Amino acid sequence: MTLAAPTRSPGSRARPRRTLRLGPVSTTYRRRSLVVPVLVLLLLVLVAALSLGRGDYPISVPEVLGALVGAGDGTARFIVLELRAPRIAVAVLVGLALGISGALIQTFARNPLASPDVLGVTGGAAIGAVGVIVLGGSGTTAAGVLGGIGLPAAALLGGLVMAGLIFGLAWQAGIDGYRLVLVGVGLSAMAQAVVSYLLTRSALFDAAAANVWLAGSLNGRGWAQALPLALALLVLLPAALAMTRVLNVLQFGDETARALGVRVPLAQLAVVLVAVGLAAFAVSAAGPIQFVALVVPQIAVRLTGGSRPPLLTSGLLGALLLTASDLVARTVLPDTFPVGVVTAVVGAPYLLWLLVRGRRRSTL
Amino acid sequence: MAQRTAARPAEEAAPRRGLLRGTGTRAAGLWVLLVVAVAVCALSISVGTRPIGLGTVWHALLDASTPGDETVIVRQLRVPRTLLGVLAGLALGASGALMQGHTRNPLGDPGLLGVTAGAAFAVVLSISLLGLRTPSAYIWPALAGALLASIAVFAIGSAGRGGATPVSLALAGSALTYLMFALVQSITIRESTTLDAYRFWIVGALAGRDASVVAQVAPFVVVGLVLAVVNAPALNLLGLGEDVARGLGQRVWLARVVGLAALTLLAGAATAACGPIAFVGLVVPHVARALTGPDHRWLIPASALLGVIALLLADVLGRVVARPGELQVGIVLAVVGTPFFIALVRRRRLVQL
Repeated sequence: MTLAAPTRSPGSRARPRRTLRLGPVSTTYRRRSLVVPVLVLLLLVLVAALSLGRGDYPISVPEVLGALVGAGDGTARFIVLELRAPRIAVAVLVGLALGISGALIQTFARNPLASPDVLGVTGGAAIGAVGVIVLGGSGTTAAGVLGGIGLPAAALLGGLVMAGLIFGLAWQAGIDGYRLVLVGVGLSAMAQAVVSYLLTRSALFDAAAANVWLAGSLNGRGWAQALPLALALLVLLPAALAMTRVLNVLQFGDETARALGVRVPLAQLAVVLVAVGLAAFAVSAAGPIQFVALVVPQIAVRLTGGSRPPLLTSGLLGALLLTASDLVARTVLPDTFPVGVVTAVVGAPYLLWLLVRGRRRSTL
Repeated sequence: MAQRTAARPAEEAAPRRGLLRGTGTRAAGLWVLLVVAVAVCALSISVGTRPIGLGTVWHALLDASTPGDETVIVRQLRVPRTLLGVLAGLALGASGALMQGHTRNPLGDPGLLGVTAGAAFAVVLSISLLGLRTPSAYIWPALAGALLASIAVFAIGSAGRGGATPVSLALAGSALTYLMFALVQSITIRESTTLDAYRFWIVGALAGRDASVVAQVAPFVVVGLVLAVVNAPALNLLGLGEDVARGLGQRVWLARVVGLAALTLLAGAATAACGPIAFVGLVVPHVARALTGPDHRWLIPASALLGVIALLLADVLGRVVARPGELQVGIVLAVVGTPFFIALVRRRRLVQL
């Protein structure tokens, strides 16, 4: 099965693996795959701290620190604790979820162009959300039901239903990555057509609101969005990280994996479930900030130099990209620009630059 | 001749074959597709808000002076629209096959090289800055945007040390696509009048285009189709891997440049004329591959003809289901094409790239 163009020249990128021994336990690691996530984490903390103080109402560092421990005057405390902190939390969590989800799906499908969009999460969520926005005002029963459960819930439901549909349609005594991707592409195109249709049939005001949601925005996001996302990550993040070894084997192909003792259908089901869950919660909180899941794993793999997108580094990089983009959107740009636009404008040139100066790599 | 014999190993190495095997059967298959395409054209001229019998259509086509509204409808509305559908279908079908062949990626759709995004960005700029409002007026900006974007993608994708590998091209294409659509959104979010015009372009339609659009687009499509056919034997070799192709005497960069030029011209012209209906280009090659197998000398013509059939059938269906109005062809294609596509994916193991 050829999904990407695997003209890999063996050993061309091999970096020396170092050995780590702790008594009877030993493992190998590459220095880059440890240094890069730590650096990204440090940058993330720095940007998040900066973001707490910057905005329409600048707050000094001591005041921010005071507000965080509950001291300081009421205005600063309200802005820091109730407006900025939850928003930054949503940005970090969404970035983590999307980055890891993208890394999981790209490894599973062995395709650098795969992203949660391919599994229908984005398309289904978009139908749910745009449906609520566009039909919500028309007063029909269906719209009443949809409007009642709210935008994030409709998006979450839409994403999960669509992912389930795709998985069900692609299942034939097991899952073939190739078939799953093709079914997903088909249904995603259909979802996009439905959304486009809804946009042409709606009042211009509703279409504009839907357009903002479709760009992916953190405007007005607070603890109400951060908490469900945090709970979801609490379950899904350890699950994803626990799959590292299985993913290392799965990337060699189903037959090799089976020979090495992995129960392939079970492993695939688990990978897809976790990836879909992560993406669905992220999209329901902030809208489809699609670029993160697609590109961040590719940036991460180029930074660390491994053989597949690293999970944790992808997640941290996603969080960094989103937090930094949100800071730019709030402080530099006029109005309240959707953060999804900024992530693309910031992330795309960076990926392009990596491509231009990057060392040869033609695989995932 | 040298290329023909050199292409043999591609056929032998291909692990799976299509339904039609042997030169005679596959040629007959192409003829059947051609006949079906012509029949669908007739259907497209005949069906509409005002149904016109095939006899009347025939008379109106032969003699412009035949009295009656039907003559005007046929000659000034239905025929240009059908011709546009034929051109766009040929272009998207062929460019989809080229794209999937060059990237060796089943997700490769002609939009991947930034064509759709470049056109969309140019359209939004021309709505926002120049105040253009009709689909026919967008055509030159859209074409320019599509061509510029794919040249940029090719320049970026080939600038790395590894050169223009399919993966670096595809990644550069999707990065640029996201960048362009972000810029599109940054404009449409701030200007609701621009959004109002743009949302009707982005669904993709054959309706509302002047007859002159056909003449404007045709040269690009013709040149693109010729290049695509020329590129087919080389593409078979590239399918064996670049090193093998080079060893067999293929100039790899030349094959890539010819293929990408063809694909850009075809997809750019179709998108400029009809808006983004790249779904045809994504799905149709898979159907064609199931018929002819992976040999591009058969796959590209079959895919082009199937593109025409799919596009025109979807357009006709869009006129019938929502009378007296109509559904845009882009929506019909996606909604009707998807179940068909999924059935195909499930029914048999797809002939793989």
